Amino acid sequence: MVTISFMAPELNSLPKRRLTLRQQDARIAWLLIIPSLVVILGVALWPIVSTLILSFFNSPTGLNQTKTFVGLGNYLDMLQDQTFWETIGRTLYFTVVSVGLEMLLGLAIAQLIHSHPWGWKFLRFALIIPWAVPTIVNGAMWRWIYSADFGALNGLLMQLGLIKHYVPWLSLPDAAMNLVIVADVWHTMPLVALILQAALATQPQELDEAAAVDGANAFQRFWSIRLPLLRPAILVALILRSVDAFRVFDISYIITSGGPAFKTVTITYLTYLNTFSYGKQGTGAALSFLISIFTIIMAIIYIRFLYRPEES
Amino acid sequence: MRYGKFLNKLLLFLLTIPVLLFIFGPILWLFSASLSTQVELFSVPMHWIPQHPTLQNYLDILFPTLAVSSVPRTFATAILNSLKIASSVTIICILIGSLAAYALVRIPFKFNRAIQLGILGTRMIPEVSLVIPLFILASSLNLINTPIVLIIAYLSFALPFAIWMMAAFFQTVPIELEEAARLDGCSRLGILFRVIMPISIPGLISTAMFVFLLAWDEFFYALIFTSTLAAKTAPVAIAEFIGRYAVNITGMMAGGILAALPPVILGLIFQRYIVSGMTAGAVKG
Amino acid sequence: MRTFHRISLLIMAFILAVGVVGCQPAATGPVTIHVLTMDQAGLKPAEIDQIARDFEAQNPDIKVVMEYVGYDYVHDKIVTGMAAKPPAYDAAMVDVIWPDEFIKSGYLLDVTSRITPDMKSGIFPAAFNGVTRNGKVYGVPWLMDVKYFMYNQDMLTKAGFNAPPKTWDELVEQAKVIKQKSIAEFPVIWSWNQKEGVVCDFTVLLFGNGGTFLDASGKPAFNNDKGVQVLTWMKKTIDDGLTNPSSVASDENAVEADFMAGKSAFAVNWLFQYSDSNDATKSQIVGKAAFAPMPVFAAGAAAGVKGASVDGSSAFGIMSTTPYPDQVFKFLTYLGSNEVQSKFSAEMLPIWQNDFVGDPLAKLQAASLSNPVTVPAFKGQFPYANERPTVPYYNEASSALQLAIQEALTGVKTPQAALDDAAAKWVQLAAGK
Repeated sequence: MVTISFMAPELNSLPKRRLTLRQQDARIAWLLIIPSLVVILGVALWPIVSTLILSFFNSPTGLNQTKTFVGLGNYLDMLQDQTFWETIGRTLYFTVVSVGLEMLLGLAIAQLIHSHPWGWKFLRFALIIPWAVPTIVNGAMWRWIYSADFGALNGLLMQLGLIKHYVPWLSLPDAAMNLVIVADVWHTMPLVALILQAALATQPQELDEAAAVDGANAFQRFWSIRLPLLRPAILVALILRSVDAFRVFDISYIITSGGPAFKTVTITYLTYLNTFSYGKQGTGAALSFLISIFTIIMAIIYIRFLYRPEES
Repeated sequence: MRYGKFLNKLLLFLLTIPVLLFIFGPILWLFSASLSTQVELFSVPMHWIPQHPTLQNYLDILFPTLAVSSVPRTFATAILNSLKIASSVTIICILIGSLAAYALVRIPFKFNRAIQLGILGTRMIPEVSLVIPLFILASSLNLINTPIVLIIAYLSFALPFAIWMMAAFFQTVPIELEEAARLDGCSRLGILFRVIMPISIPGLISTAMFVFLLAWDEFFYALIFTSTLAAKTAPVAIAEFIGRYAVNITGMMAGGILAALPPVILGLIFQRYIVSGMTAGAVKG
Repeated sequence: MRTFHRISLLIMAFILAVGVVGCQPAATGPVTIHVLTMDQAGLKPAEIDQIARDFEAQNPDIKVVMEYVGYDYVHDKIVTGMAAKPPAYDAAMVDVIWPDEFIKSGYLLDVTSRITPDMKSGIFPAAFNGVTRNGKVYGVPWLMDVKYFMYNQDMLTKAGFNAPPKTWDELVEQAKVIKQKSIAEFPVIWSWNQKEGVVCDFTVLLFGNGGTFLDASGKPAFNNDKGVQVLTWMKKTIDDGLTNPSSVASDENAVEADFMAGKSAFAVNWLFQYSDSNDATKSQIVGKAAFAPMPVFAAGAAAGVKGASVDGSSAFGIMSTTPYPDQVFKFLTYLGSNEVQSKFSAEMLPIWQNDFVGDPLAKLQAASLSNPVTVPAFKGQFPYANERPTVPYYNEASSALQLAIQEALTGVKTPQAALDDAAAKWVQLAAGK
């Protein structure tokens, strides 16, 4: 499996020879890794460490400000704050629904392409377009589509006779998050579809055909044969998308500015507000690490539940 | 029998229609808006196709005159900056990332696991939080408002991503090939350049495309670290169409189409490789 | 261990290399100052650039590098820029709601002693509101703006009214008729989305009702009966179909778009909306927009309130850690000087009092097509510009108030409960939490 083997190269190691060869190996390994390490450590290490240190202080933004050491105070304050948990809830909702929709749609479209209907090559090309549109353009476009008086959504629904009055979509507190989700799904679903379609394309046809001969219908073949073989690809897509979805910020900032009534404020948005708007860098730093902890837990859960040894 | 198959094909084709509509609907609307005048965009009932289409929005961006506000005028430069920066990030990531990916996946040595986890870990922190320390760092090196600062900043999150992806692709190269090369007397580096890389080209191109999009798309770092023409990127330029007091919506739509073009064109060119690349990495493992 | 040693050496070498390459020796010669401001408001960037070039011509030893970003991002860039030494910007535009926060953070230079008597007597005193605290001046005034009440004359005439409303209750009456006669489905549009704009509108209405944000002892007062009345009134206009429900998601740009498309009869907005509404490439209501004094509530009028609006001015502050305060001050005073401002009076109304009397006034009014209308409007409305609370925690406080207003408007909480919660948050913030 991709992730596991990546993390345990011993499974793939060559048979042990003399010790010096191993040392030689290690030397070459370092040589290959150093450039990347230097870049990553040189750039990311100090900011990460300094943010971590900052999270243990009450540090108002500004010059010559007194920093008071509060230990885990910022973390505890957050964990006891209602807004924090509400925001985590909203962010989890966004992650689950958005990623869920992307996986379902992606799988459906992948299967559709796989069955090679007329024009499937064009469909595969077309999938790249939403993914290639920069997030900020995507946000601005959907904001315009949802516009109450001038938007395409209202225009369309009106002309189809489905509504009598223009609906102020972005003003509806319960609908707002779902609207942002739609925009996000439109943008990133192609990625999932392309990954899964590629995976489907490499599955051996024989199993499928044998099952067809044995009398299994299309749905049964899909469920018992193709889907299990897809598991590794699904896992990759899930982890990739979940980690990014949980940390989403740009799109809700652009479409709704976090409103109405805070209903589209995600946890990274909250971090941004604390660090930049409210001048509470210590709190912002603590939030960042709480976010990291959440995403790491998510990744671990996925791997735990979805990793199965390779089925032959 | 053939009739049944034909019906099947027809059905599948009909299914592709809603999907295509879903994909192209918003884009076509964006395109249509970019060809409208501001007045027409706000007219009610809506004009799906502008009655007085104009190329003025594009002209203002591509061939700006002095009368045009500075925002469209600087847009072309912003796109060029984005191209420069995204390409540099991609090339560097592929070059040094592939080396590291191979070492981490195929060479057992003491800190291997720790480094893998460390690299993965740096991806978990939201970028928003690292802006201020990075800014201080960049400022002390006099790099603010240069393209270099963005290249370096993007590398910090693109490189781990690239290493992770390429490691997955390298894993799918059958170990027997490597062992055979070893037996033939090939050194580690030799294996890497003569065996692994050539086979993994689709995977490398896939990764390149992902990284390019990652860098192309990025907004917040670009916003904070650059605002002069020297290094402003496309997303920042698009955001500028929204001033405090006036939104140049039609200009923004035209800018949006232009900003989406390079990645789409690249995607079209490398489409074949992306798909087969993803195959190799995602499935066998 | 050896490998670790080697690694750390390599990393240090790398950082040193970059450092050596990156750090240039201090240039001898002209001093370069960096100034950050917002784009597309007041003067256009091309015009400000022109001013900078003129200044450089007169001061060959100073080079000015202007940077322009959207208003939403100016604050963030100032905060980040000040984290660096030397600061990324030597001067920056300071919106009227930021000085308290910036002064507490130590960002702004005290320039009280640098302000010339000419400036003190020549510029409108109100222009100094945005930069003066405790008698000390922390910046150079530049732009004065206030929210105006604009209406569509055509629509009013069609509805049978020959005068704009003087009170908000009159407005409701007129709006009802306009709606009834199907002249506009939603006659009023506001910028009530979750951004500073909703607090601006709330300020206009609150003071118009005789209310205030803080009482004499500095405690929140916006959740008293006057504030609750205002918020209840706001919600009622939505419920009654008079205020466009999209107001809850609209900012000032959306308000302008609505007004210019002829969809609303009344729109409260900053000055820019007027000239845009007469721009045929953007507006469908050319020649129909008009100003009227901002209405007040009957209760406010009874309490002696003659007019109410909100101050949206901006100034330029000198960053405290700049190595070149003298040069920066020179440039900023040039930027805000009488001669420069009157030169560009077609784009931006000047802040100098003498421009509004006698010959200069005639010249000012002739400067552009809009000025004959905007100048009297400005003179009439600005005296009633109210300030939002001048507290260092304003951003977070505003955020809490924005949330409260939005919760009330969308029916999540009652106006009283929402405002009480916001008031509780303000008390917390004042106590330093």
